[in-house]
Amino acid sequence: MSTLNSSNIKTLEFDVLVIGGGGSGMRTSLELAKSGLKTAVVSKVFPTRSHTVSAQGGITCAIASADPQDDWRWHMYDTVKGSDYIGDQDAIEYMCSQGPKAVFELEHMGLPFSRTENGRIYQRPFGGQSKDFGKGGQAARTCAAADRTGHALLHTLYQNNVKEGSNFLNEWFAVDLVLNKFKEVTGVVAFSIESGEVAYLKAQATVLATGGAGRIYASTTNALINTGDGLGMSLRAGIPAQDMEMWQFHPTGIYGAGSLVTEGCRGEGGYLINKDGERFMERYAPNAKDLAGRDVVARSMVLEILEGRGCGEDKDHVFLKLDHLGADVLNAKLPGICELSRTFAAVDPVFEPIPVVPTCHYMMGGTPTNIHGQAFKLSSSDDDYIPGLFSVGEAACVSVHGANRLGGNSLLDLVVFGRAAGLHINEALKSGGGVADSDKDDIELALHNLNKLNESSAGYEVSAVKKELQEVMQNYFGVFRRGDYMDKGVSALEEIREKIENLHLKDKSAAFNTNRVEAIELQNLFEVAEATAISSLQRTESRGAHAREDYPDRDDENWLCHSLYDPTTKVLGKRHVNFEPSQVEAFPPKVRTY
Amino acid sequence: MISVNIYRYNPEKDSFPYMQTFKFEKPKRDIMVLELLNQLKEKDPTISYRRSCREGVCGSDGMNINGKNGLACITPLSTVIKKNKLDLRPLPGLPVVRDLVVDMTEFYAQYEKIKPFLQNDTPVDIGERLQSPEDRDKLDGLYECILCACCSTSCPSFWWNPDKFVGPAALLQAYRFIADSRDTKTAERLQDLSDPFSVYRCHGIMNCVSVCPKGLNPNEAIGEIKSMLLSGKSKQNLIASDAVS
Repeated sequence: MSTLNSSNIKTLEFDVLVIGGGGSGMRTSLELAKSGLKTAVVSKVFPTRSHTVSAQGGITCAIASADPQDDWRWHMYDTVKGSDYIGDQDAIEYMCSQGPKAVFELEHMGLPFSRTENGRIYQRPFGGQSKDFGKGGQAARTCAAADRTGHALLHTLYQNNVKEGSNFLNEWFAVDLVLNKFKEVTGVVAFSIESGEVAYLKAQATVLATGGAGRIYASTTNALINTGDGLGMSLRAGIPAQDMEMWQFHPTGIYGAGSLVTEGCRGEGGYLINKDGERFMERYAPNAKDLAGRDVVARSMVLEILEGRGCGEDKDHVFLKLDHLGADVLNAKLPGICELSRTFAAVDPVFEPIPVVPTCHYMMGGTPTNIHGQAFKLSSSDDDYIPGLFSVGEAACVSVHGANRLGGNSLLDLVVFGRAAGLHINEALKSGGGVADSDKDDIELALHNLNKLNESSAGYEVSAVKKELQEVMQNYFGVFRRGDYMDKGVSALEEIREKIENLHLKDKSAAFNTNRVEAIELQNLFEVAEATAISSLQRTESRGAHAREDYPDRDDENWLCHSLYDPTTKVLGKRHVNFEPSQVEAFPPKVRTY
Repeated sequence: MISVNIYRYNPEKDSFPYMQTFKFEKPKRDIMVLELLNQLKEKDPTISYRRSCREGVCGSDGMNINGKNGLACITPLSTVIKKNKLDLRPLPGLPVVRDLVVDMTEFYAQYEKIKPFLQNDTPVDIGERLQSPEDRDKLDGLYECILCACCSTSCPSFWWNPDKFVGPAALLQAYRFIADSRDTKTAERLQDLSDPFSVYRCHGIMNCVSVCPKGLNPNEAIGEIKSMLLSGKSKQNLIASDAVS
């Protein structure tokens, strides 16, 4: 294959590029499809194969079905508390107040929500939910389509994109961002996985909707495709990432397989037990018990295991008990879980408990943005954007999840902020916004990495380096963290970087070359892993999902802020948290108990 | 040892496809076919196949496993291996892009043809459209389809007429919208399927039912569509009855 340059590749020109065909990307493209702007969704898989499909329990939103008195302000309070007070309150307010509209839109589009007796959308209790600002007991606020809400949502969005005639570049893989001399983003270099054809996809606005990167860990609920491609591209281009130390470990991944078991199981009345059959969450969270925040439940489980009360031969997991709910409830409300459990744990939850263990699940951090999806520069100002660059969904850090996401808030995040970004881009481009052209050198800079891989004749094997990376992250940056261990982890990553830069692409062919895709995915994973490691080491406190044995307390004096990782210097800066919602008083930081 | 025979075809190098045999140490614990493929790919990175969720919900890794279509990620080796031999081929009936990857254009085209989206022109003032739990129950067994194409590519009628016979997957989705109490275009949907090919090329051989990895029953849905067409629920009749109700 000859060296790629700006004159031997095609240029395909669009107004807007949406990179990623999951929930957030397709909600963005749906908004844009109605706008008349020339848009392309660039997705490395057919859109319904995106990871949104695996979301189970539901979409949390105060639609006041289960409780007619429910109020989006209560949802906002829970989300702020869940975030351990580093969620931006303007963004959380926007999400919670706009949420009902976004959920009703999904219903109108055809999403097959489960129903209550009076025909409204069914809502179930989830962790961290309360009524009346924490004073009114457990709320039931998560709108559900059985335990297949993500599947129903993703298919509904795809179906409506088909209806509106959206333009998809399916099985196209974005390699690197193209920036012009003003450091504005002008699109991406990408290739068709099917044919191998490389092109410069030029656009006035580029939206990163590339989801999470759970595959930096050896054990994760995430799909194999969750490799942080958008963040990988932006970090390589010197664009900052925010709160990368904040990774959610979901309490209930199936032991061994890693598949997710929804929090909805505990919402429907299931609970965790240790080897003595004790419902141990009663000790750790006397009020909320099994429905405390996910960070709290995950840490409690690890403590049970560390103290020798784990289940199984190696005492390395706990059990999720569901059988007391009865076959009827399980089959009606949790049919997908029964299926997964039989397949991956060889256990029928109607009769036996499911072996579970905390498993990497969600990236709270990402590209820092405002509520319109505009990506911030490395700056503490609220008006300093990177022209041409947007991010939505798990790839972004807007930040509604802060240091710990509440269950059901990710699907809401996708549709609320996907819609918001689409609306903003439409207005901005129609009122003359846009970016200057990139020149030949800019495009060739973005082709550099792909050329290097294509021309590699020796070097490191992709699969071996990936395993090494995942083990380092699993061992040194897990549920509990310690400075001296993390130091070792950071050094190990420095050694791996040399390998990442010298990968050997064994297969040089054009058609459906998954070896090439996996090599670039690994490079993206590495960028995310390094950002995670350095951010984790430098945030010297415990907050939300970031739990340090050497700094066990929350330190509001120094760390009531976002961390802002600069990939060019590998130094962690800080960014202020927004405490200025427009319709309610801000919720001040309090001690967080459940 | 297990002999794993994998269908190989790289359009740049191969004039014809061939089966390549890999020897694989029989694992101590039962593993899924996808995990076996992943392990083989570590040794030979040129093997191509699609995969994403690895838990049976995204529909990427449909393939023909020892003669039967299924999802590699939820098919345990122990349930398919015969005489220590495993044949992995691409889904039948669609053009092969490379190895186990097929070109699904025709499959998706049939899906788009049935207008796979809710149609209801009545605006809703506030809140959601109401639907009784009984009406919602009618969508169970229909909406769960993951578009893996295991069913349509196991159907001889789809092999013969992939451009004209809608196929079990898309017909299941056609019925998913016909059965939805919120959708108001039942008559038009039936009308669109009333030609000799779209539905009537289904002869009820039930391959679709026997391979569906989600345990769905496209055959039953097709039966419902046929009986609605045959019971004279023509467009005219239905529009008239809609007007009455």
